[in-house]
Amino acid sequence: MEIQLIGITVLWIFLYGYLIVASIDFGAGFFAYYGKITKQDHIINSIISRYLSPVWEVTNVFFVFFFVGLVGFFPSTAYYYGTALLVPGSIALVLLAIRGSFYAFGNYGVKESNVYTFLYGATGLLIPASLSTALTISEGGFISEEEGTVVFLVKELFTSFYSWSVVFLAIVSVLYISAMFLCFYADKAKDWPALEIVRKFALFWSPPTILASFLVFLALRAHNLEHFNNMLDYSYMFILSFICFNIAVWLVYRNKRYGTAFIFVMLQFFFAFFGYGVSHLPYILYPYITLETGFTNETMGIALVIAFIAGLFLLIPSLILLMRMFLFDANYVQGNREK
Amino acid sequence: MPELDSAILSRLLTSLTLGFHIIFATLGVGVPLLISGAEWIGIRRKDDHYRLLARRWTRGFVVTVAVGVVTGTCIGLQLSLLWPSFMEVAGQVIGLPLFLETFAFFFEAIFLGIYLYTWDRFKNPYFHWLISVPVVIGSTLSAFFISTVNAFMNAPKGFKLENGKIIEIQPLIAMFNPATPTKATHVISSAYLTSAFVLAAITAFMILKKGNNEYYKKALHFTMVSGFVFAISTAIIGDFSGKYLAEYQPEKLAAAEWHFETEEGADLIVGGILDENGEVKYALRMPNFLSILAHGNPNAEVIGLEEFPAEETAPLFIHYLFDLMVGIGMFLVALSAQYLWSYKRKKGNPYSKYLLMLIVASGPLAMLAIEFGWIFSEVGRQPWILWHVMETTDGATTSEHVGSMFLLFFGLYVVLGWICTAVLLKMFRGNPAETEFEEMDQR
Ligand code: HDD
Ligand code: HEM
Ligand code: HEM
Repeated sequence: MEIQLIGITVLWIFLYGYLIVASIDFGAGFFAYYGKITKQDHIINSIISRYLSPVWEVTNVFFVFFFVGLVGFFPSTAYYYGTALLVPGSIALVLLAIRGSFYAFGNYGVKESNVYTFLYGATGLLIPASLSTALTISEGGFISEEEGTVVFLVKELFTSFYSWSVVFLAIVSVLYISAMFLCFYADKAKDWPALEIVRKFALFWSPPTILASFLVFLALRAHNLEHFNNMLDYSYMFILSFICFNIAVWLVYRNKRYGTAFIFVMLQFFFAFFGYGVSHLPYILYPYITLETGFTNETMGIALVIAFIAGLFLLIPSLILLMRMFLFDANYVQGNREK
Repeated sequence: MPELDSAILSRLLTSLTLGFHIIFATLGVGVPLLISGAEWIGIRRKDDHYRLLARRWTRGFVVTVAVGVVTGTCIGLQLSLLWPSFMEVAGQVIGLPLFLETFAFFFEAIFLGIYLYTWDRFKNPYFHWLISVPVVIGSTLSAFFISTVNAFMNAPKGFKLENGKIIEIQPLIAMFNPATPTKATHVISSAYLTSAFVLAAITAFMILKKGNNEYYKKALHFTMVSGFVFAISTAIIGDFSGKYLAEYQPEKLAAAEWHFETEEGADLIVGGILDENGEVKYALRMPNFLSILAHGNPNAEVIGLEEFPAEETAPLFIHYLFDLMVGIGMFLVALSAQYLWSYKRKKGNPYSKYLLMLIVASGPLAMLAIEFGWIFSEVGRQPWILWHVMETTDGATTSEHVGSMFLLFFGLYVVLGWICTAVLLKMFRGNPAETEFEEMDQR
């Protein structure tokens, strides 16, 4: 494999990781808030916080890893995206900052506060919406280079059907992924009342997820036909994704094997995300940056890949340890352990 | 008054974010070391006071870490948003340590999560302590990596520039540039130092308020001894930083010291003002000390500002920042030495009111020294963003919206700083140490 391809694969895997862990976190924030206003919080909020407390920082690092890696492997993305996205990027940052710190303030610091929970819930939906626009922009048509400077075409973005369909998809899949995960977690915790509630969330949000995905396909066809045609070449990826979706929902519907169901959710997004990603190539930012033109030099590329492999040797065992402590340790999950 | 163009505004916003982040980052690097030390002593001596200390520090630490993480995310992304041209160029050479830094964060974040929720999980208490070790290593490594990036900006090495293109890149040479040894060690040592004094200050404040008991005495002793060690190491490494500057960035040293003419046996100027003729007045002159700081030899020659074109030297106000940083450093050495002296002597009283009040002041002062040090170092590099390679104004974004973004982030930091303080106060007032160790004694 060429070094560029390795680079983008590494980054894409991390973005996929972020997609999963962040969706769980974002969606959980929303459900915690929803639970509060519908007075079900005493049932579901304890499992939510038992999962989130030890891992929220790790979630954030996934994101940092992605954008630092992107600039490392493809420095010219810093130039184009950086110049164009000052305002939306800053707004997303402020939201992320509010979310992360308020989570910590509320959870580790003082007891419950309605304001914190509200902010935590609201940002849970706003952040995915704003982050997803970075992918929208990569399709081209929202940035133009004029007289040596890069301009962000805000009006195009806000009036584009494609861009709204992506936002819609981002929000519903966050809720879907998160609810599916909470089913697994509640089941593991043997917390049946909580499971009953989150199972309803999961089933409720699954049809919109598929609907939104079809919308995005249609919209992309109108927006960037070239990419759409590329996607057709990889249609088997999307079909696999759809099959996984059906298995996952069926398992949850039949009320069994929640762990397996969540693995199928992960596979569903894996196939869709990589199908989307591979058909997007060679463009990183259409039509300005491709794998070739945007790549850092060969030496740095190799250094980064070596660093990455060495880093994995550290990370994977640590992540496994973390999961064994908080995901697969039945005693912890059931709340039988003190902090 | 210079015009507020996007380059100036980008600088302001960068300084704002870094100036705020650095407070939490410094604690993030130093406090884990102290927590780990306290827990270790606690297990070793079977002393529950020390273990309680570790627990209570950890609780506060989680809150400050959260602010460190979110502001760090801000600065990380802002580097690309505000300095796109700089990152496009520098990213090609210095991407490696930035990338490694995120691994260090990852490592730290994972083990911090485990550490927080496993206090009573293991039969053997050393297992829990062991988990603090990767947290300490991760945070210190992240400080190391980010310092190498900043060192690279001061001493860019490991590449060649030909017709505006960067060639012959050597990532490791870029990372281990001449500025790295002093920069990284001084940053890490001063972070340990500051964390020790901040925790000592809180303890001293509690003793003043509530009178002393065993728990506070142990906390004060532990933090002051650590503070003494790191104050000395910071001062020694600071001296080496001066020697680095003399060799590689003489114009920065000269601007900081108001050293205008190249001469042998140069005097160190402390304080003072510049009159309209550019003469130094009311300053304390320490004969030959600048030569010692710069070269370790009282008669060595120190290069003066006259040898550099005026547009390539930094603003002269950094002189005060340097003096303040060094002054605070000397004060911290003296203060912790005084404490130890009173502690060791039979007749000494390490808990006298005046000493405790000075210790209370030392925490904020150490943090100020960090801020002064950074502003001195960053402003002192001007007009370069990459020393003698790229000027700051050429690295900046061309966007017109930096001003409003400045206001946005300013608001964010005010809110974060405010609530963080309120949460910390509430946390420790609502659950004082006394009740906690009484509960513990009953068990
Ligand atoms: C508690 C904080 C603290 C204390 C007490 C000191 N420093 Fe410092 N100093 C820093 C915190 C710091 C810093 C924030 O960490 C800086 C800013 C940039 C850097 O590399 O480290 C720094 C930079 C810095 C530099 C500039 C390095 C450069 O720009 O490359 C010099 C020459 C010194 N220091 C020298 C000293 C001396 C001689 C001290 C004597 C006691 C001293 N510092 C105490
Ligand atoms: C001496 C200077 C600095 C030190 C000691 C420092 C240290 C730290 C620490 C300890 C954290 C918390 C990380 C965690 O607990 O996971 C942090 C967060 C962060 N810092 Fe800084 N930092 C410094 C300056 C910078 C600069 C200049 C940048 C920009 C390139 C930066 C980027 C970040 C990022 C992106 C995060 C968030 C990482 C996460 O999500 O965990 N830091 N920093
Ligand atoms: C590690 C902790 C750091 C701190 C606390 C820090 C602090 C500061 C401060 C106070 C300024 C304002 C100087 C001025 O307005 O003239 C500044 C400027 C700047 N810093 Fe640093 N800096 C750090 C490291 C870094 C690193 C690692 C980078 C880049 C990777 C960086 C990039 C910049 C840039 C681009 C500017 C604006 C240009 C300038 O004014 O120098 N800084 N920094």
